Amino acid sequence: MDPQAAKYIGAGLATLGMFGAAIGVGNIFAGFLQGATRNPSAAGSQFTNLILGAALTEALGILAFVLGLLILFM
Amino acid sequence: MADPMHQFEVQKIVDLPDFTIPGLGTVDMAFTNSTLAMTLAAGLVVLLFAIFTAKADVVPGRLQLIGEGAFNYIDNLTSGIIGHEGRRFFPFVFTLFLFVLAMNVLGLFLVFTATSQLAVTATLGAITILVVLIVGFARNGAGMYKLFVPSGVPWYMLILVTPIELISFLLRPVTLALRLFGNMLGGHVALKVFAGFVVSLGALAAGGGLGLLGIPGAAVSLGGVVALTALEFLVAFLQAFVFAVLTCVYLNDVVNLGDHH
Repeated sequence: MDPQAAKYIGAGLATLGMFGAAIGVGNIFAGFLQGATRNPSAAGSQFTNLILGAALTEALGILAFVLGLLILFM
Repeated sequence: MADPMHQFEVQKIVDLPDFTIPGLGTVDMAFTNSTLAMTLAAGLVVLLFAIFTAKADVVPGRLQLIGEGAFNYIDNLTSGIIGHEGRRFFPFVFTLFLFVLAMNVLGLFLVFTATSQLAVTATLGAITILVVLIVGFARNGAGMYKLFVPSGVPWYMLILVTPIELISFLLRPVTLALRLFGNMLGGHVALKVFAGFVVSLGALAAGGGLGLLGIPGAAVSLGGVVALTALEFLVAFLQAFVFAVLTCVYLNDVVNLGDHH
């Protein structure tokens, strides 16, 4: 197989890794919203944890994207 | 279609003589567009805070309020996460936050984003983890092993848990660097791709006939570029904030090593 074609296929497959990250981030925000609507006074104190958790999860999706770019351009 | 990766190319503005470090090799010194972006960001932060603190008063004026607002935001962050030792690490976290924020936001106004270079974010990640390690060893000495050996775990589980904890600790600077790099790179690539659509659909419309469908297509792409730029402003702030928060969390891990539960 032509190496350039293989690179394109590899980059496309690498972006499938973002499925998991998207589901994960959705889970985190869903949990926060459920908790916030049941206990609104405690919601503000957990906002920092929310952003922290979302950033940690999203990082793995970003890693998949970076790997795709790595495969495509190197 | 235009190449979206060309915007990240580092170009020399002023070429300085090469610098040889014995044992490491030759360093190609130059003042590049990346260095210019970082200098502008640092200069902007210093200038802004000089303006904010120019007429310092007990009852703050409007400019002083902005400066105090930013100061309080990060101060509450460090005190909340690290505890009463937080004040000692506040200058480092504040500098990190402001520098990353300035580089991110400047990349949206000017041509070059310094944080979209892996070299820059890897350096920031390395500096952060070096600070964490030095503080950890200075405070705890040999007791640092407790970072990887959670208390109350039976010995047969420890054989599995300790290597995992060690690897995840070593991955911290890597994820710090890649998170910031990937977010900035991805945002600017997407912006360039949508902007390329506007141009190519406009060129298609110039051909006439069925190509006139290119005009609403170009208009939609332009709307996409505007929406993406708004999102990029949010991401710029969020990524600077997340870098600062994670630095605080890692510092808390080493500063309050024996204290939890």
